[in-house]
Amino acid sequence: MTGQSPSPPERRRWLQRAALVAAMPLAGCGRSSSGRRTLRFWAMGREGEVAHELLAGFRAEQPQIDLRIEQLPWTAAHEKLLTAFAGDATPDVAQIGNTWLPEMVALGAVEPLDTWLHSSPTIAPEDYFSGIWRTNLVDGKLQGLPWYVDTRLLYVRSDLLAKAGFNRMPDTWAGWQQAMLGLQGLGIAHPQLLPLNEFEPLLALALQQDDELLRDGGRRGNFTSPGFERALGFYLQMFERGFAPSLTNNQVSNLWQEFGRGQFALYISGPWNLGEFRRRLGPEQQGLWTTAPLPGPNGPGASIAGGSSLVMFRRSRARREAWALIEYLSRPEVQQHFYRLTGNLPPRRASWSADSLGRDPQALAFAQQLERVRPTPAVPEWERIAQEMQLFAARAAHDKSDPAGVARALDVRVDEFLAKRRWMLDRARPAR
Amino acid sequence: MKGRTVQAIAVNGVLAIAALLTVAPLLWMVAASLMRSGEASSFPPPLLPSAPTLDHYRALIVQGGIVRQFVNSLGLAIAATLLSTTFNTLAGYAFAKLHFSGRDQLFAALIGALVIPGQVAMLPLFLMLKSMGLVNSYAGVLVPSLASIFGIFLVRQYARGIPDELIEAARMDGAGEFRIFFSVVLPLLTPVLATLAVFAFLGSWNDFMWPLIVLTDGELHTLPVALASLSREHVQDSELMMAGAVITVLPVLALFLVLQRYYLQGLTMGGVKQ
Amino acid sequence: MKRNPAAWAFVLPALTVIGLFFVVPVLAGLALSLTDFDLYALASLDNLRFVGLDNYRQVLTRPLFWQALGNTAYFVVLGVPLSIMLSLGCAVLLQSKLARFKPLFRTALFAPVVTTLVAVAVVWRYLFHMRYGWINQLLGHVGIAPIDWLGDPQWAMPAIIVFAAWKNFGGNMIIFIAALQAVPEDLYEAARLDGANAWRQFWHVTLPMLGPTLLMVSILTIAGYFQLFAEPYVMTQGGPLQSTVSVLYLMYEEGFRWWNLGAASAVAFVLFAIIVVVTRGLMLFAQRKGAA
Repeated sequence: MTGQSPSPPERRRWLQRAALVAAMPLAGCGRSSSGRRTLRFWAMGREGEVAHELLAGFRAEQPQIDLRIEQLPWTAAHEKLLTAFAGDATPDVAQIGNTWLPEMVALGAVEPLDTWLHSSPTIAPEDYFSGIWRTNLVDGKLQGLPWYVDTRLLYVRSDLLAKAGFNRMPDTWAGWQQAMLGLQGLGIAHPQLLPLNEFEPLLALALQQDDELLRDGGRRGNFTSPGFERALGFYLQMFERGFAPSLTNNQVSNLWQEFGRGQFALYISGPWNLGEFRRRLGPEQQGLWTTAPLPGPNGPGASIAGGSSLVMFRRSRARREAWALIEYLSRPEVQQHFYRLTGNLPPRRASWSADSLGRDPQALAFAQQLERVRPTPAVPEWERIAQEMQLFAARAAHDKSDPAGVARALDVRVDEFLAKRRWMLDRARPAR
Repeated sequence: MKGRTVQAIAVNGVLAIAALLTVAPLLWMVAASLMRSGEASSFPPPLLPSAPTLDHYRALIVQGGIVRQFVNSLGLAIAATLLSTTFNTLAGYAFAKLHFSGRDQLFAALIGALVIPGQVAMLPLFLMLKSMGLVNSYAGVLVPSLASIFGIFLVRQYARGIPDELIEAARMDGAGEFRIFFSVVLPLLTPVLATLAVFAFLGSWNDFMWPLIVLTDGELHTLPVALASLSREHVQDSELMMAGAVITVLPVLALFLVLQRYYLQGLTMGGVKQ
Repeated sequence: MKRNPAAWAFVLPALTVIGLFFVVPVLAGLALSLTDFDLYALASLDNLRFVGLDNYRQVLTRPLFWQALGNTAYFVVLGVPLSIMLSLGCAVLLQSKLARFKPLFRTALFAPVVTTLVAVAVVWRYLFHMRYGWINQLLGHVGIAPIDWLGDPQWAMPAIIVFAAWKNFGGNMIIFIAALQAVPEDLYEAARLDGANAWRQFWHVTLPMLGPTLLMVSILTIAGYFQLFAEPYVMTQGGPLQSTVSVLYLMYEEGFRWWNLGAASAVAFVLFAIIVVVTRGLMLFAQRKGAA
């Protein structure tokens, strides 16, 4: 043999081997064996934790569907959804916060459900709370089906409040401050837990005002309005007067334990904590706490029209199965089971008439609050605007800044976020 | 002599304290993982579990699906190690011993590219993989780690020490380049191969940012990604977190303890100019 | 120089990977940074606009960018010397002839380097806890009041600096050990004969001999520290009050949280430029000092 470069067969064989090795991970990804249809469902937080138990009945009814449930933490859910969309890796069905619907619609990620709805005898739109149903209508079409309703109100250590001289939680801002003063008198240094990285409390206070949060068709921020400044001022006062400690929810090691121990007596949170407090506090502590609607500036106040919807993704290849899942989760019995598992409140009146919900005093406060909920602006940039609002508020609480200056700076920033939206809207309607 | 004894005590004492302080967090991690729920978040914090329990490990394995994630991490690390070691060794040898046009300029360009932070490429790479359909797949995770400039550099440094006469002699005998590589060069390269393999395995196992971005399915998650997600969701359950951390860290610590020599020699090879 | 066509078969796999999955994306990133690629563009490319250097202008006029740069610089300026001093100190001690159990100490001191960052960041998050964390416990024994490490904007970055030093110092320590071993023994002998004690030997023999290694280690560590990301992501999510937002964290948020890929790519390239300028500057400075 004379000295030659590697013979072509030798080289080709090596390349073939390399290609095979490289291709192996690609094969068999996400395919279901034995001919069953794979259905991928994403659920978040506590809902994700109970999804397996909740959907056991669905699996029994539909054995030909291979249901895969993915649990996402709320803190990462929004970015995971967007990443999945960007990467063409969306599931078939997902739970999404209803404030994210406009964003998903702007992306063209979700499938309108009108036609599916018409073919379904068990779901009656009139049965749903109308305000909640409306948050799912974007561009005149139904883009998601409400799964549960959510709002924010006060969780209260009623026994401590009673010791401070209040046999029920006041329903005005002034009363609220009096209650906190009273609790401080009992020796609780910071009676109100208001984590600085949660935007919902400030948002709720802002929604209690008459002014809108964005103006000009959602093209510009309206945070310099007197309403928002009033809400921001009240919020910042909580920290200035020491009613609330300056911390984030990461720094609270175990908030249920601390609520039980009386380290704080007031906490603004949502329905899922009904289930959590019942689970994590001992039986002897269950009589010590209750819920109360949010106080407003001059009387009972509004709160967030939140909740989660079930959406079907446009790129899903198992749409019939996806609708079957959405239908299953909308059945009143399943929604009642869901309530028992999580404390999440059903969006259908039929589900509310069940014994357990009708007689649950702590859930009744939510029913009252749900009569007074206001939606947030339906713009795709809303999630970012809400987070930025909270960042500004947290900084203001720390620096003890003047609310007017903060509001002005926030408006400038929000206008930046909305610049592309302005361009897109004005491009669609050039002569205005 | 007495002065030397005092000095010796001082030196060894400082080293002992430093070593203890360095290892302490890892020891606490193991201790806390065996504590009952809520025990680690009490005041004053305990050093040892009062009644050691394997509950958290059980919870992670049975309900948390951590076995699947362990297997994912292991599989990806093995694949990355095999492939990248192969690719890097082939290329490093060629840059050291084979002549081709533009060889030295190409190598200089590669070294220059070392300065570019990997994250600059991440966003566009994500979009590229999406168009190839590789997002949320094992292949997508593997792709960036299949070759590394630093690995090529290490091999080249080492391979330059191989005497040219050996290779020339084999060529005279009529052997093809691949034959020469496999029978003459590879046996001589085993130390650096071992180093590359250890680096690659550790790098893949510990990789966090890229799998975080590319993988959406929990079933495909690697241990660091699963742990990060767990830590954001269950920020209250410290003992559970510690158990997850132990499961993530123990394999690589064990691997390191066994194969220290190769890892350390690789660092010095890359670090100190010969 | 005989050309060897077979060589291409050897280098092609690695070069293809590096070319396709690194070089091309970097160039694409440069292109992206000149557009306003965002969520709307993700939905439909009709919504994409070419904006030239607008992204760069916006990045450089955003207060958050300068805060991120400041945070990162703070991390580098305090963290790198701390890490290098620990590495050098431990290396010197380990090299001392008086040290026993060297392999054991070396392994213990090096262990943090191989651990998974996410896992140990979770561990340290608990160690830093204000009430239940061990660090405040130990400080309490020395009489220092509990510090809200991860909640106080003043202390969050120092906490990350301490954590990063613990995690990284072992790597440079090994390099220093190898370099110390290369210092000829007779230099120390000569110094001893001149009456120099241990400290003066270190200052006048060890340090000058270690010069090139020190420079290289510094440059590599600085470049690495500028790429701070995982620690804030796991421990503080950029908080409190964005005091631990690093430049890369900013890029991640812009890019993967809000999907402003144009702006995020601009941030990445600005960071790249900064790293190049700083490291080149350091090398030039060292060269000039060496020549003087």
